[in-house]
Amino acid sequence: MIGETLSRRGFLAVSGGAGAGLVLGFSLVGCDRRAEAIGALGPGTLNAWIRIGTDDTVTFLLSESEMGQGTHTALAMLLAEELDVPWNQIRTEHAPADRELYGRQSTGGSTSMRTNYERMRVAGASARQMLTEAAALRWGVPASECSAADGRIAHRASGRVFTFGELADEAATLDAPEDPMLKDAADYRLIGTRVRRLDSPSKTDGSAIFGMDVKVPGMLTALVARPPVFGGSVRRFDPEPALAVPGVRKVVEIPAGVVVAADGFWAAKTGRDALEIEWTPGEFGDANDASILDRCRALANDGAVVRSDGDVPAASDASATRIEAEYRAPFLAHATMEPMNCVADVRSDECEIWTGTQAQTSAQDIAARITGLPVDKVLVHTQMLGGGFGRRSRNDFVGDAVEASKALGAPVKLMYTREDDMRGGSYRPLSYNRLLGALDDEGLPVAWEHRMVSPSILLSLGAGLRDGVDPTATENAGDLGYAIPNIHVTWADPGLPVSVHFWRAVSNSQNIWVTECFLDELAAAGGRDPLEYRLALLSGHPRRARALRLAAEKAGWPGGGSGRAQPQQASPVAEGRAMGCAVAECFGSVVAQVAEVELQDGTVHVPKVVCAIDCGFAINPDTIEAQMESGIVYGLSAALYGRISIENGGAAEGNFDRYPIVRMREMPVVETHIIAEGDTLGGIGEVGL
Amino acid sequence: MAQYSLTVNGMSRTVDVPGDTPLLWVLRDELDLTGTKYGCGTGQCRSCTVHLDGEVAYACLVTVESVEDREVLTIEGLSDDLSHPVQQAWLEVDVPQCGWCQPGQVMTAAALLAEHPSPTDDQIDEWMSPVLCRCGTYSRIRRAIHRAALGGDR
Repeated sequence: MIGETLSRRGFLAVSGGAGAGLVLGFSLVGCDRRAEAIGALGPGTLNAWIRIGTDDTVTFLLSESEMGQGTHTALAMLLAEELDVPWNQIRTEHAPADRELYGRQSTGGSTSMRTNYERMRVAGASARQMLTEAAALRWGVPASECSAADGRIAHRASGRVFTFGELADEAATLDAPEDPMLKDAADYRLIGTRVRRLDSPSKTDGSAIFGMDVKVPGMLTALVARPPVFGGSVRRFDPEPALAVPGVRKVVEIPAGVVVAADGFWAAKTGRDALEIEWTPGEFGDANDASILDRCRALANDGAVVRSDGDVPAASDASATRIEAEYRAPFLAHATMEPMNCVADVRSDECEIWTGTQAQTSAQDIAARITGLPVDKVLVHTQMLGGGFGRRSRNDFVGDAVEASKALGAPVKLMYTREDDMRGGSYRPLSYNRLLGALDDEGLPVAWEHRMVSPSILLSLGAGLRDGVDPTATENAGDLGYAIPNIHVTWADPGLPVSVHFWRAVSNSQNIWVTECFLDELAAAGGRDPLEYRLALLSGHPRRARALRLAAEKAGWPGGGSGRAQPQQASPVAEGRAMGCAVAECFGSVVAQVAEVELQDGTVHVPKVVCAIDCGFAINPDTIEAQMESGIVYGLSAALYGRISIENGGAAEGNFDRYPIVRMREMPVVETHIIAEGDTLGGIGEVGL
Repeated sequence: MAQYSLTVNGMSRTVDVPGDTPLLWVLRDELDLTGTKYGCGTGQCRSCTVHLDGEVAYACLVTVESVEDREVLTIEGLSDDLSHPVQQAWLEVDVPQCGWCQPGQVMTAAALLAEHPSPTDDQIDEWMSPVLCRCGTYSRIRRAIHRAALGGDR
């Protein structure tokens, strides 16, 4: 910890990179600017995350986005644990975009708890100490004689009490302690318990405000007509038929397409339908799934080497049993229930943005670049996100709204229809996989070759590859955890103009499916039980083996706990059903699942999934269960139905009729078992998938 | 454009819009009742579920001219204080995740319970399967509906 003298007050800030193991520091540089920024958060603000009103309302300003994953509730638990404030006094708000106060703001990669576990508790404890100090000063007693509990500071000897609200303004003028005392985990009263979500009430009575619900004075509602082909562009258009629609105010062109701005959605939609546009098809105009597959197949042998252990050709030549397979995963749309949207108001001196984004500071950067304004003149008001799953970190919708507001000279709510959203790209990359496995006499694998062709998210975002490889494309493939002596993994980008993006669990979503299914093929070829087979190959990964054993045991896998197959034993699985198992490690957590699968009239059903999650330790077990259910359903929708097909250079599927998702009647019974025996926190938002 | 008189959540409202405007956009853009959500515009996700004379209806498919003289109930009108048994059960089970589909889920569940005070799992499947949830809150929705049904018995 830095031990410099604080000027008027100290400020908490974070230093370090993304991911677990952040170093928490107290930045003292630029104090005046930071003091100003904190002061701007309102009276009674004790640090960047905590504001206390004179009515004792405690507002937590949270720099992470709430998109359903329960992060606001969990962050509030961390703050409240150390602040010692009753749960029913707490409100949460999305914090403004401010690098100075919060660092880079991006909610993704299942990092919110890992990044904030320490800094939120420190922020809470620091504020509690400031309130204690303020009370001690008023009473003229040493702070050591005062203690905090339930939103009050008490002077133990005299029994005098102040509420936090009575002390907040005064406490806000004190220096923030930089190294406050934190509770022992044994004394936690919130962390580790099933605390109710703070956002349930507003999401149950319709009062929660999402991006699409925002209305600002003078606002127009706009839709964009975009090219029907990826890589296409506007050649010419006639705005007159759109302008003739009652309620349509203006038609302007922006880089994304032609904007129809109107008094409301229906007029904008009617106007856009009436627009006459001639498009250029680009180079992709005749592409379709078959031509893309041909391209992928042709590239499979030319990929960059991701990993190469031993000598795969020699080992497979020496083997009597060789298995080859091809696995293909399609493009997938995120299909958040709330389609993309953004309200932007570009003025000469300032730009305001209201939207549900997963990446506030990147939204600032995009708006600053388009408007020419300094970043700190871009104000981002984050609203509730009607689903994110990675899609809302792209911010293309923010760019379009800012372009539209700039071109229109008015505040604008830029909306996507469901079809715009589903056909607009930013997909989970498709993936073509060619695999080769070779077995020894025991049926265990001695060689594993995995050649992937899959569009690069990094290239799609304009970033570079690392040693010729996009690491976001090779998760759980390059670092396959099974003990196989000869492994060769390659990856190539097929060079498609379709934009791809982070989609819940990223390449784990397809790679684990590919590697676990192929391992099952090898186990079957070797005449081995798939569970026992995995356990035999997981000697180097005890956490994975433990999770797998637990899931198998709870699911009633024959011989599951021991890891020994007993095929002769009567199966507990009902007639016509089968079980499958899988295990993976990602986002700092390990998850194992056993699914029961049945065929009904030729259709696959999954009546039950037993899930074991090892996320180190649990902050809110209820949220972990919800996220496992959520990830499993998201993955099941992909497995049963998910596909964006390319026809004539564009996406064929535009709505839920052709892009179905799992419904109530298909929802499996999900049984979650939490392994909380570690001391390093893992993520939970994506691993369930 | 034409004037239409509506009854929404027990209040008379007049709007001036084209007759083919879906009720959804009248509620959201004209009446600032944004609890009713847009998800697909084609009646497939049911996020926009409201009650019309007590029956479920999809506000994205119903035109404003067709709802004159009918009682429209939206999530904002279900209760003033989250006291509807479905809402109470939703809070007890902590159903919502992202929350976008939840008004449609709550309104559908309320109509289900009005019709079948103690619904079977099959009835829940039948009534709730049309209402999509991308976060996968289905298990909790089922639990909450059973809980609300029990509450009604007490």
